[in-house]
Amino acid sequence: MAKEIIQIKDLKVYYPIRSGFWNRITDYVRAVDGVNFSINEGETYGLIGESGSGKSTTGKAIVGVEKVTGGQIMYKGLDVTKASNRKKLDYNKDVQMIFQDSMSSLNPRKRIEDIIAEPIRNFENLTTDQERDRVQDLLDIVGMPSDAIYKYPHEFSGGQRQRIGVARAVATNPKLIVADEPTSALDLSVQAQVLNFMKHIQQQYNIAYLFISHDLGVVKHMSENLAIMHRGRLVELGSREEIYKHPIHIYTKRLLSAIPQVDVEHREEHKKHREQVEKEFEENQGKWYDKDGRVYPLQQVAPKHWVALPEDMAQEAELEEREEKESD
Amino acid sequence: MWKTILRRLLIMIPQLIILSLLVFLLAKMMPGDPFSGSINPNTDPKQIEALRRAAGLYDPWYVQYFRWVGNLFHGDLGTSYIQHVPVTSLIADRANNTFWLSLLTTILTYSIAIPLGITAGRHQDQWQDTGVQIFNYITLATPGFVFYILGLWLFGFTLGWFPISGSVSANASGFWGVLGSRLYHMIFPAILYALIATTGTVQYLRTGIVDNKVEDYVRTARSKGVPENVVFHKHILRNSLLPIAAFLGNTITGLLSGSMIIESVFSYPGMGKLFLDSISQRDYTTLTALILIFGILTLIGNLLSDIIMSIIDPRIRIQ
Amino acid sequence: MEKQSDLLLDIQHLHTAYRLQGKFYDAADDINLTLKRDEILAIVGESGCGKSTIASSIIGLYDHKNTKVTGDILYNELNLVGLNESLFNKIRGDKIGMIFQDPLASLNPLMRVGDQVAETLYYHTDMDEKARHARVIELFNQVGMPRPEEMYEMYPHELSGGLRQRVVIAMAIACKPEVIIADEPTTALDVTIQAQILDLLEDIQRQSHSGIILITHDLGVVAETADEVAVMYAGQIVEKSDVKTIFENPLHPYTRSLLNSMPQSDDTDEDLHVIKGTVPSLKNMPRSGDRFAARIPWIPASAHEVEPRVHEVAPGHWVRCTCWKTFHFEDEDSTQKATAASGE
Repeated sequence: MAKEIIQIKDLKVYYPIRSGFWNRITDYVRAVDGVNFSINEGETYGLIGESGSGKSTTGKAIVGVEKVTGGQIMYKGLDVTKASNRKKLDYNKDVQMIFQDSMSSLNPRKRIEDIIAEPIRNFENLTTDQERDRVQDLLDIVGMPSDAIYKYPHEFSGGQRQRIGVARAVATNPKLIVADEPTSALDLSVQAQVLNFMKHIQQQYNIAYLFISHDLGVVKHMSENLAIMHRGRLVELGSREEIYKHPIHIYTKRLLSAIPQVDVEHREEHKKHREQVEKEFEENQGKWYDKDGRVYPLQQVAPKHWVALPEDMAQEAELEEREEKESD
Repeated sequence: MWKTILRRLLIMIPQLIILSLLVFLLAKMMPGDPFSGSINPNTDPKQIEALRRAAGLYDPWYVQYFRWVGNLFHGDLGTSYIQHVPVTSLIADRANNTFWLSLLTTILTYSIAIPLGITAGRHQDQWQDTGVQIFNYITLATPGFVFYILGLWLFGFTLGWFPISGSVSANASGFWGVLGSRLYHMIFPAILYALIATTGTVQYLRTGIVDNKVEDYVRTARSKGVPENVVFHKHILRNSLLPIAAFLGNTITGLLSGSMIIESVFSYPGMGKLFLDSISQRDYTTLTALILIFGILTLIGNLLSDIIMSIIDPRIRIQ
Repeated sequence: MEKQSDLLLDIQHLHTAYRLQGKFYDAADDINLTLKRDEILAIVGESGCGKSTIASSIIGLYDHKNTKVTGDILYNELNLVGLNESLFNKIRGDKIGMIFQDPLASLNPLMRVGDQVAETLYYHTDMDEKARHARVIELFNQVGMPRPEEMYEMYPHELSGGLRQRVVIAMAIACKPEVIIADEPTTALDVTIQAQILDLLEDIQRQSHSGIILITHDLGVVAETADEVAVMYAGQIVEKSDVKTIFENPLHPYTRSLLNSMPQSDDTDEDLHVIKGTVPSLKNMPRSGDRFAARIPWIPASAHEVEPRVHEVAPGHWVRCTCWKTFHFEDEDSTQKATAASGE
């Protein structure tokens, strides 16, 4: 059993809605509304959702750039939603982030050397030579030429900038990297390159990733375990095998059926299946969501599979799944 | 909509209180009082002292503040130290002059700036644009007073086309006569002032047009087969006028208070000139009243801008 | 399958060149394409390959000062290249409808969405205001917008991404155009919305028998919707065929490499296929020889044509250059027969 590196417990991030004459807080946007999951050392954990699902907010809350309304983030036995614990554990050194838009996340006026060295300078005291060696090593890891250190972000292509972003995130020898849509802005062939580098680095340094994406294909390729987020809550969570082969929640099914398949032969069947799932999603809202449209709490249906269901349905689902597997 | 305006008005209340407090404290820190001007070698200092006590100048500051505010509500801004007339009547006259000058200037500013901005934006990087840009750099770089004095000297003194001081000729009579004379006195300073004031508007409009021209929605309009000149007027220009409309409120009130230099160069009896005069004459009551008025005008300008903005931009409109 | 008389667009030897620092460079180089009625033609390629350039050339929306378009784009015998603007305005929006990538940016933020759709009708029909309003409501119904009367009065920012794109589509199809050009119509949308929008496009096409040019970078979208596919690399079409052939028997090295780099496999330990090097920029585009050659350096130069041309290797299947005959992936044994590689 792999060791857990971080546990997210009942995480909540609410934004106030102000309205009325006096602009008082009348309600909250529940961007993240009670999310539980944990990431193992050195694994890639996928977090999937559509825009507005709260997946990015979850990522930001874990890195500590989003104010947490409730719940805990346990790292090395301490709750790092408290700033004092973050400091004590060197949490900000151990947990880094990669962003989607590499152009706006890299300072355009700084050279690559300074961009990558910045996190090192924050946490370590190195001489200029040591620092330069370290930056060279990091660029080497992401396959960038050594003269890159003297250049500026705009001199690179999108894929190269994203690799620089990876190098910067790796600079402090982190234990966990939160990657928020790291390849969404990239072309297919460039995406492949960035994903490969991310994997190599993971194997080399035993880094865990929280891989946040809307692209189920990419997540399938990258992660062993994943969670699917909808309306600020998790609808389904489990191993890749379970989620992709035996999806239970209607939202997961809907998401999976909507991915365009490179299978021209069966595209009519695929479309029919999608329409069927869509119909069920439209018609059975009451079955999968509670009366406020909220996602139910997660219930375990298999050793590595949790689904957001009302309790009575959970037992049913458990049975069904067992049967399904036996017939496989 | 009305709710928003009402809320904005309510927000103005604390702003006004803070403004009045600041102005009051400023006035208290200034040397002199209403009686300083009445002192002459024959006055008995004890008598002055008694007058001061009677006027409440030795009361605690907050008592004085509330009395001052109370007077404000009755339209009493105090009495000028120098001219010994109520400040209210002093200002009322001038405000009228300044109002008309500002209105004329505003109209002139926009009628010069908008065509220039459109020309520059439409013919970006062509000779028309270069011309406008040169004009803009000149008006931006020229200090107002140099420009006004040069204009005054050339067209006023040398060529004698326009009067060089005052707001109305003493021997003008009848409604049309007075109106004509007023316009004749105003038009030249207004033109000079407007020329200098165009810079921001021209630049905003030009940038707006240049930016909007390449927006996707403009391409969409073209892809619908909308003729180019309609694309320009209905889509590009309308959206580019947004920031200018947003500044309209501030522009108007800004002109009301910001015409000091032009008014003093042309000896035009307006608020700006009054302000400068009261500084040089140490007429603190008038000065305080003017600062208060300018402050209120700024607040109203912001309010106007917000209201205009919420009317024309649906993204800001609050339901 | 299609009758020859149903030819809507016939693009021949299209060159579109942009001026960069005084010199013109071909962003679309010798494009030959046809679009038939009832057909979805996908143009697929990575950013900068020239696929959007083709779209703007067809609809005549480019910076006329800094763009040079030559060749022929025939729409019902009428050559759109060099067509005067007032004539072109009669065609745009009426005969050719256009759908863009970012639905928020594509809509005027200060105009009600209903009025924006009605604007198309104003320029191409004799309808009065009432009739236009009624037609917009009808269109909103057709593109699946709930409460169309209410939607008419909305501003773009008040709608969700999916609804906005439906407005853009309503705008494009308002005059029942024969040709619809959709430039990355679903790239800015979530997958579930993407599926709905693609279905909608197919429905519209089935009803109106129009031809759709679908420009996309997403191979999945192509596989799900297209009838014909043109794969572009560095301004040129490198392979063209029906959708089945492209995915089941791709021949050009670029097509095969691209399909291979899709994250499709279940094996997380396996590296994704990476195409060596980078796409040359417009200014550094090789003037002669195979433009893809530099990215498959293990293939000997002799395998490439000196001036690669497009060859019809099977009826309707066109491939540029001859290098596909001996192409193999770097890690593959060269003696292995190059087989269909769709990542499976």
